[in-house]
Amino acid sequence: MKDITLDVNGKQHKVSVDPDMPLLYALRDDLGLNNPKFGCGLAQCGACTVHLDGQPVRSCVTAVSDAEGKKVVTLAGLGTPEKPHPLQTAYIEEQVPQCGYCINGWIMTAATFLAEKKRPSEAQIKQALEGLKCRCGTHVSILKAVKRAATMMG
Amino acid sequence: MTKFEKPASFSRRSLLKSTGALVVSVGAPLGLDALLAIDKARAQGGKPPLMPDQLSSYIAINGDGTVAAYFGKMDMGHGLFVAIGQMVAEELDVPFKAVTVFMGDTATSVNQGGASGSTGIQFGGKQMRMAAAEARRVLVDMAAEKLAIPADGLTVTEGVVHAKADAARKVSYAELIGGRYFNVQLDWNKQWGNTLYAPGKAQPKPHTAHKIVGQPIKREDVAPKVFAQEDYCTDIKVPGMVHGRMIRPPVAGAVPVKIDDSAVRDIPGLKVVHENGFLGVVANREWDAIKAAEKLKVEWSNTADPFPEQATLYDHIRKAPVRKAQIDQQNGNVDEAFKTAARVIEAEYEWPFQSHASMGPACALVEIKDGQATVWSGTQKSHFVQQGVAATIGLPVENVRVIWKTGPGSYGRNDADDCAADAATLAKAVGKPVRLQYMREQGTGWDPKGPASVHKVRAALDPSGNVTAYEFMTKAFSRVDVDTNGSKPFDTLSGQTRGVALKSGDGFGVPAESYAFANKKMGWETIPPLLDRASPLRTSHLRDPVGPQIHFASESFIDEVAAAVNADPIEFRLRYVKDPRDRALLEAVRDRSGWQSRPSPRGDQTGTKAAGRGIAYSQRNGTRVAIVAEVEIHRQSGKIFAKKFTVAHDCGQIINPDGLVKCIEGNIVQGISRTLWEEVAFDRKAVTSVDWLTYPILDITETPETIDCVLINHPELPPTGAGEPSIRPVAAAIANAIFDATGVRIRRVPFSPERVKQALS
Repeated sequence: MKDITLDVNGKQHKVSVDPDMPLLYALRDDLGLNNPKFGCGLAQCGACTVHLDGQPVRSCVTAVSDAEGKKVVTLAGLGTPEKPHPLQTAYIEEQVPQCGYCINGWIMTAATFLAEKKRPSEAQIKQALEGLKCRCGTHVSILKAVKRAATMMG
Repeated sequence: MTKFEKPASFSRRSLLKSTGALVVSVGAPLGLDALLAIDKARAQGGKPPLMPDQLSSYIAINGDGTVAAYFGKMDMGHGLFVAIGQMVAEELDVPFKAVTVFMGDTATSVNQGGASGSTGIQFGGKQMRMAAAEARRVLVDMAAEKLAIPADGLTVTEGVVHAKADAARKVSYAELIGGRYFNVQLDWNKQWGNTLYAPGKAQPKPHTAHKIVGQPIKREDVAPKVFAQEDYCTDIKVPGMVHGRMIRPPVAGAVPVKIDDSAVRDIPGLKVVHENGFLGVVANREWDAIKAAEKLKVEWSNTADPFPEQATLYDHIRKAPVRKAQIDQQNGNVDEAFKTAARVIEAEYEWPFQSHASMGPACALVEIKDGQATVWSGTQKSHFVQQGVAATIGLPVENVRVIWKTGPGSYGRNDADDCAADAATLAKAVGKPVRLQYMREQGTGWDPKGPASVHKVRAALDPSGNVTAYEFMTKAFSRVDVDTNGSKPFDTLSGQTRGVALKSGDGFGVPAESYAFANKKMGWETIPPLLDRASPLRTSHLRDPVGPQIHFASESFIDEVAAAVNADPIEFRLRYVKDPRDRALLEAVRDRSGWQSRPSPRGDQTGTKAAGRGIAYSQRNGTRVAIVAEVEIHRQSGKIFAKKFTVAHDCGQIINPDGLVKCIEGNIVQGISRTLWEEVAFDRKAVTSVDWLTYPILDITETPETIDCVLINHPELPPTGAGEPSIRPVAAAIANAIFDATGVRIRRVPFSPERVKQALS
């Protein structure tokens, strides 16, 4: 066990954990943040995605010790009902989710992509999101929402 | 008012202090506090018993006039609660926003069957509509007494009953009954589950009066989901909770013979729970439970390899003994007609085992305290899980409460009910609340599977190419090796691993269409499961149970016959389809998709890329769907791009067109995925599809460019289901489009690049 300080959504948290434990469990079990989900534990689906210093990472395979000294942002920290991220607004407008368990992967990955790439083509959007999973099959709506958000972000 | 219609009032003074008192107990977002208030009220006789024959079991008016609708089904992501809210608001004449639908909590709803067979609106909505209509009738009667105006002189506007002639003479629902329960008896048909029906004396509105039903109202749960404010079943925590993980055998059917806990003994709170084949661990911390499950040394019994080589799966099915045979539909004399046929067309089709592979593996939390158990689960059927958990831990059913919370995706009888029973078993063993989530390899590897099948179809033609006889026979694993819910220990992994004898059921199905062939015979045969113990290849219902399999075969075959007589595939179907709604659907999808009338294959493409279009259609319990698929095939890679789908959909009255479109889009995409990619892999010992690499699904880069839905509304008809029907014809539409493009007929799913390449070579 090791004391680790995490900077999550702008707040400092001290946790005493196995340093090899994936960040996902620190966020969910120690910090009580429910947004990153356990989908596979294998970095294959994206349900656990968070930002580490602005880049999307799969928290299910990222050791909690690797997050020390970096800024962790989860879906809850990306935007709020009062100050939503354009992707959150677009998701609501397009009524994307069915079960919604996959949301973290798509929104957190797309957020970084859209911050770096203005006015992407549909093919570029698809490429950026390749590999993320949605089992309910909301693919059509996901793409509409990302396109909508891209327009909102200019 | 009759004696049955007297509103029950609370005797408890504190609840009567304000008219808003009951808002807390029934109208607030569902939480423990709210439910406790209801329980207290019931203990004092304030609430009629939670039985299907009580209006209060479905509808309550809160002190502020808002409406609580208690629903014994739940939403699996299609926004069912929006449609139910629309139907309730419509009948009650209250604003849509005044209605809150509470789903799938055994403490507040009766068993309406859970999420099952696309009946959320068809049966569940029908009951809620009748209950709401009855509530309005009772309220208008109460108003008539209060205002001294005959009921037929009254009308209702936004929850206020007023004189038709004078809107100032009024009384609100809140004033009439707000905060008190209805005490009104309904005419219950004594059925539980999907067939439960308990109308009152009221008739629902004519469809011509509908203002809320039919509107594209949005879901309000999207914002809480994207702002991470909604707790899923995976997110619930209770004080003192510990974490469980299950351990499954490396060879299906093996049981632990020696367990060595030396490597995990120092893990805080570690307990090993073992009974026969049941093996799980519990630890204080989740990560510790995961590590303990990995590190625990287990010696497993030697057991004969349970499975055939996967390559021989369809041979196994063909040669296996028949356990049950059934002819579901027969007219004329098929055998005679085949004897005199000028020409016989026949083909066989094969469909693999498929996994629910829900987005996350199942999770459940079970707390047992003072002889009462509370279960939080993403199950599709909380009332059945209530029975299953009660039987698993030996409590009376009424001492178990199951609270449904959104789960990590569900498309039928997935691993959720197994997980609830496993968690209950662990919780009972360790005497603490246990949150159990399966690992990915268990979610994909050990969920109940959609059954593998072989379909043999033949048609007799006369000299002019007319179909004189048609025979459709399936031989397959049963669709219900375990039942569609976890109400019985023999249907859950907990029961099966602990030694309860299996009771594998038999069932399959036949095509649902309206082809009028003079001689027609359709039936099925089921074979025994591969293993007589807890099996990772046990079967149960997966979205549109057996529908995709059957209609892949039947609608591919109709196309084969059309091609054999050189007919356009839609024109050929219209020669035989007799149901007028089916015909309208085929014509609609033909016209909308810009279908060019000609026989398949098109035969004019020689390049590396070939394009084609295919039609398929089917019915499902009153709903009909016709699909035109347009696909591209890369000959060299064998890769198929399912580019465009035009879907004509008729489910009677449409309650919410936007919700319906989303529902169809999901079905089409999941249908493409199952057609192109999905096949449970296994070896002689175990299922080897254990994650997203070994059980690939459709990627976002393969999303169709267009899914164009043609919604055919029949407001004059009762609504039928939409949750599953549109996945049915997808595989055949794609197969028929591949044939159109290439002239090659693929008769085995999935159409993976390897298989397509092989077929084209």
